[in-house]
Order: sequence, then structure tokens, then C-alpha cells
Amino acid sequence: METIIREDTPKTPYVKLDGEKGVVEIKGRSIPENSVEFYKPLIDWIDEYGDDPKDNTIINIQLEYFNTSSSKCILDIFKKLELLFKKGFKVQVNWYYEEDDEDMFEAGEDYQSIINLPFKMIEMEE
Amino acid sequence: MQDIKMGFNLEEWYAHKLQGDVIFKYTGSISPEMITHALEAVEDSPLLRKERLQTRKKVYNVFVECLQNLYHHVDAPPAGLSAGGSPNFGIVCLVHDGSFFRVTTGNFILRSKVNFIKDRIEQLNSLSDEEVRMLYRDILGNEALSEKGGGGLGMLDIVRKTGNKLEYFLYPYDGEHIFFSLDVYIS
Repeated sequence: METIIREDTPKTPYVKLDGEKGVVEIKGRSIPENSVEFYKPLIDWIDEYGDDPKDNTIINIQLEYFNTSSSKCILDIFKKLELLFKKGFKVQVNWYYEEDDEDMFEAGEDYQSIINLPFKMIEMEE
Repeated sequence: MQDIKMGFNLEEWYAHKLQGDVIFKYTGSISPEMITHALEAVEDSPLLRKERLQTRKKVYNVFVECLQNLYHHVDAPPAGLSAGGSPNFGIVCLVHDGSFFRVTTGNFILRSKVNFIKDRIEQLNSLSDEEVRMLYRDILGNEALSEKGGGGLGMLDIVRKTGNKLEYFLYPYDGEHIFFSLDVYIS
């Protein structure tokens, strides 16, 4: 599957969807007014990837900020990956947060409580 | 500006809200471009840079939600408003006020929406921190995105991040409009 890379902007994150390695990366800030417009192509890609996924899929989320409209879209990404996990594929979520950033830590906990995926919380030093 | 109706003076309200160290202030059309500029200005603020990471991020996050709430939900202002006639008219300021940062927004809404807004805020203000957290998870996990993409989480997120009650006033302005003033305190 083709690899998609989107560079970051002041309101949208860097995104890399690597079908060869089975790695999804979302990094930076996600605060667009219309998050559905930004995330829909990414969710469609994951949907397609799900037809022929790698045995191991890793998703790295390293967000500095995200708005509430992005939060729903991020959940939609997790839900797509949850489907793979239910089919028996390995999926690992790595949720990065900066040391001292309780809000981002709690956001990771929120997702962990909603979705059924192996979730690793990774603290980064400031 | 000189907009006084039904005993409410917009100019006085604004002057009052600018008390403290003003980090950002704006009156006019709330557009995606305006929001981008506002965020840049806030990020560059020396006053905020002195704060610890968590406070800086909270202020930024809450500021984003307040601006995008305005962008998605304002109603057109009354005709003839000297402060500005754009359909997406809103006022926003970020002020360092004593030991708090305060985000204030002001915008016109139609009278028909008053009860909805009032009930929503009163409900949020009545919840404990734990209830806010549980409600947030419940809405995030169960409800679809609204047409405007907000998902109904904006105000809830603000209350959760600040841990403070929302302070609001609804000033009758004319037969059709109410001026909605909202103060969010971040400690």
C-alpha cells in the first residue's frame, strides 16, 4: 500500500501512514476547525489497509495539543484499528505525552477506557 | 464603538473585560484565518512563556476551544452595530488577571437559544470534577459528530481542563438578540 506523508501545518499534525511497515504516526498539533475534512482521508486509508494488514500494526500518537473536534476523529482511527485487533492481528498504540502534561496523559487514559487495544503510555522528558 | 441597548453598553462591557494584562484582544469577524493569527499571537506572548508547560498548554487549549466555539456557534449581530457588522461577529480577549488567566468571549445570540445555552452551562457547572470526566468519556465514546464537527465536547472540555466554573451573563440587547458574555478562568 502506498505510504502517505502529510507535513504539519499550524493547525494540523504531521502524519505518516506506512503500509509497508504497518506504522501510523500522528505528531504535532491537531486543532483544525473542520477536523472531519482532515481526518477522513486518513481513516479511509486505514480502512483500506485493514483489507490486507501487516501482522503487527503500530500507531504512534505524539500530540502537543488537540481540539475536541479532532478527539472524535482520533477515536475513529482507534476504532478502525480495534477491528483489526478483534480479527486477531497485533495492534499496539503508543501514546506519547510530555512530562508534566497531565491533560495529555488523561486524554490517553480516556481512549484507553473506551477502546480495546494494547495501549502504552510513554512519558517524554521536557 | 457606541452600542447601547436595553441598558447594556457594549463598550463598557469590553473595557471592563480588558482589565489586567492584555495578551490578546479582538473584535470582529471570527474566521479560521483570524483564529490562526490569534493562536500565533498567544504563543509568542512573553507573559505566557514564563509559565510552566502545563499552564501554557491549558491556556492555549482553552483559548482554541473558546475561539472555535465562537466560530461554530455565533449568530449574526443586530443590524447597525457600530462595533462591526460581520455575520460571524465576536469579541475575544485573553487577559492575565491576578493569579488567573482569563479568556473572555462575547457574541450575539438569538433569544430562542437562551434557554439551551443557560441549561447547558448550568448543567456543566453543577457537575463535580469526576462527573465531568465521566460525561466527557461518555460523549466521546458514544455520540456522533455534530454537523459542525464539535461533537458537543467543547464546553465540557473547557470545564474539565480548567477545573473552574463557567461564568456567564446573558444581556438582553433588543427584541431579537441577547449578548452572551463568557468568562473562563485558568489558574
